[in-house]
Amino acid sequence: MTPTDVNSTAIRVRNLNRHYTMGATTIRAVDGIDLDIAGGEFLALLGSSGSGKSTLLNLIAGLDRPTSGSVVVKARDLARLSSEELARYRRETVEIVFQAFNLIPSMTVLENVELPMRFAEVERRQRDDRAKEALDRVKLGSRLQHRPVELSGGEQQRVALARALVNRPSVLLADEPTGNLDSKTGEDILTLIRELNESLKMTVVMVTHERHLAERFAQRIVFMADGKLAIPVAAQESAR
Amino acid sequence: MKIHDSLELATRNLRESFLRNSLTTLGIAVGVASLVAMLSLGIGLQQLANRRLTRSGLFDTVIVTSKRDFDFDHRHGRREPNAAQSRTLDPAAVKEMSVIKNVVEATPDVRFMTEVRYDNNPSVAGVSGLAPSAAQSEAFDNLKGKFFSTPDASEAIVLADFAKELDPQNPAGVLGKDLTVIYAERQPISDAAGNDSDSADWGFTVTRREQKLRIVGIVQEQPYGGFRGMGHSSVFIPIQLADKLNVMQGADLRGITRSSPASRNYNSISVRVDDPARVQAVEDKIKGMGFATFSLLDATRNMRRFFAVLDAFLGIFGSLALAVASLGIVNTLVMAILERRREIGIMKAIGASDRDVRRLFFAEAGAMGVVGGALGVTLGWAIGRAINFGTNVYLTRQQLPTEHVWVVPWWLVIGAVAFSVIVTLLSGLYPASRATKLDPIQALRYE
Repeated sequence: MTPTDVNSTAIRVRNLNRHYTMGATTIRAVDGIDLDIAGGEFLALLGSSGSGKSTLLNLIAGLDRPTSGSVVVKARDLARLSSEELARYRRETVEIVFQAFNLIPSMTVLENVELPMRFAEVERRQRDDRAKEALDRVKLGSRLQHRPVELSGGEQQRVALARALVNRPSVLLADEPTGNLDSKTGEDILTLIRELNESLKMTVVMVTHERHLAERFAQRIVFMADGKLAIPVAAQESAR
Repeated sequence: MKIHDSLELATRNLRESFLRNSLTTLGIAVGVASLVAMLSLGIGLQQLANRRLTRSGLFDTVIVTSKRDFDFDHRHGRREPNAAQSRTLDPAAVKEMSVIKNVVEATPDVRFMTEVRYDNNPSVAGVSGLAPSAAQSEAFDNLKGKFFSTPDASEAIVLADFAKELDPQNPAGVLGKDLTVIYAERQPISDAAGNDSDSADWGFTVTRREQKLRIVGIVQEQPYGGFRGMGHSSVFIPIQLADKLNVMQGADLRGITRSSPASRNYNSISVRVDDPARVQAVEDKIKGMGFATFSLLDATRNMRRFFAVLDAFLGIFGSLALAVASLGIVNTLVMAILERRREIGIMKAIGASDRDVRRLFFAEAGAMGVVGGALGVTLGWAIGRAINFGTNVYLTRQQLPTEHVWVVPWWLVIGAVAFSVIVTLLSGLYPASRATKLDPIQALRYE
């Protein structure tokens, strides 16, 4: 894994705007946000639906381009990268897990986990080893040849986590990772994410609307409403 | 993404909607098959015509004459050597011409009118020498009996009409019988010293000779349609025998005024070229040697042009089906994009670049092209075989010799597959660029 200097700034967001025009009206999904996220930090973005938290996550993920402002990750301003460089950034620096898991249904668990390494042009033999290693880490080493539909929701999310790990990114983004899971399974997933955060020193940015989970697992919570940050709350740093 | 990974993913994607992709591929196959069928028909017909014309001996032959004898072709005002520079047609000239590149054979034209006796009854006939290659001539397709056993055998093949003249009751009965040719042999007179050359006064004697010939074959029509200075002969004998007989020829009388008295002097020489396309080059070379030439080259040139146009037409018709099939590919791939929106979105989110996505769709199109192309060539070949079979059944019923009207050369096989891959890749252009432009956030929006 790429070692990250804990406490140095991993992600720097400056005056970030993302506006959509719908007919005559302009929607300010992200409206002038400044945010620093430290390396190795577990940050939760909390807000109601439509608050712009997913848009902010997509901007950090390099899936979307800002209307103005900058997102600087590892000294690179995402707004200035070409689409080819952005794809490279998505393969090497960040990985993302979704509420809907987003596994490819026609592929087995192992193939799904291997997929990002195909894009990263990792050798076939290495690919196999790394995929199995990642699946072991999420305790799914015995379900390699299963299809996603044969797995429970929690298992699918663990496959997605394994897929996010294989290219050894320094930043893990999670968009409502527990939204489709029952509370027990959701807690298991978050426990796993925190383990990864701690053992691999991965920076984690998680979008959620479940405050109790954010408070239990994240180091810091940032609230969003109407595209703006609202009253940042220091999480229970002392508890950990 | 590496190319073999793209191919692997593409194959698995194609397998996912197997029926639809199979039907699309089948569409391409039918297109390629029609292209192959059309083109191989064109090629087959061209080869058939070529073979016929080549075998007719009309278009691959250069008739060589000497300007000293007569100007065969003065109308065209070709740049040919004038009489003074012109050489005589002697055995040395034959030898020289036979070693020119692409020349199959050079043979003197030996022909004379004389008396022949069959069963002690005299009749007058034209006698011609026939080169061994004449056995391949169309006229001998329906030969009764057989061709000469050796190029200098004392054997004869007679024209069917002449056989009727020899034995009106049973023309076929002349086979195996003897025919006596009575002719005038030319023998140079040596000078006192025994040198028969370079003396100012020389000449030759003419002696009456007889040559017994066994009739081995009966032929329906004149070989080469009477072209090649053969006139209307009724008796054909092996060329080396004809040459050896040393028959007094019309040209000998003119030749007596010349300085190389001993040498034989032919009326004309037929030079056969391996390919009608090279006739011009050979003709030019022979002209350069100091002879006059004549050929029916222009006729083949026109034929070639005709077949080029025919092939183009057949190719266009064949391509139409392939064009329709390529629309099928566009349709299938656009459908696949709609179906796989989410999948494309996922791939982009986990690091696939635009190039990866484009390559994936290209690989899918290309794979359908390769499979469709290969299938199409096989199908086209099978159709060709079937039509060939049908044609030959018809020809046999018409009591005509069977023909190969269907020819699928290897370059057509490779070309057709390559063409179908190119067409499918072009068809993949639009779907691939559409897939590339897909916004991953839109595609992944929770449904």
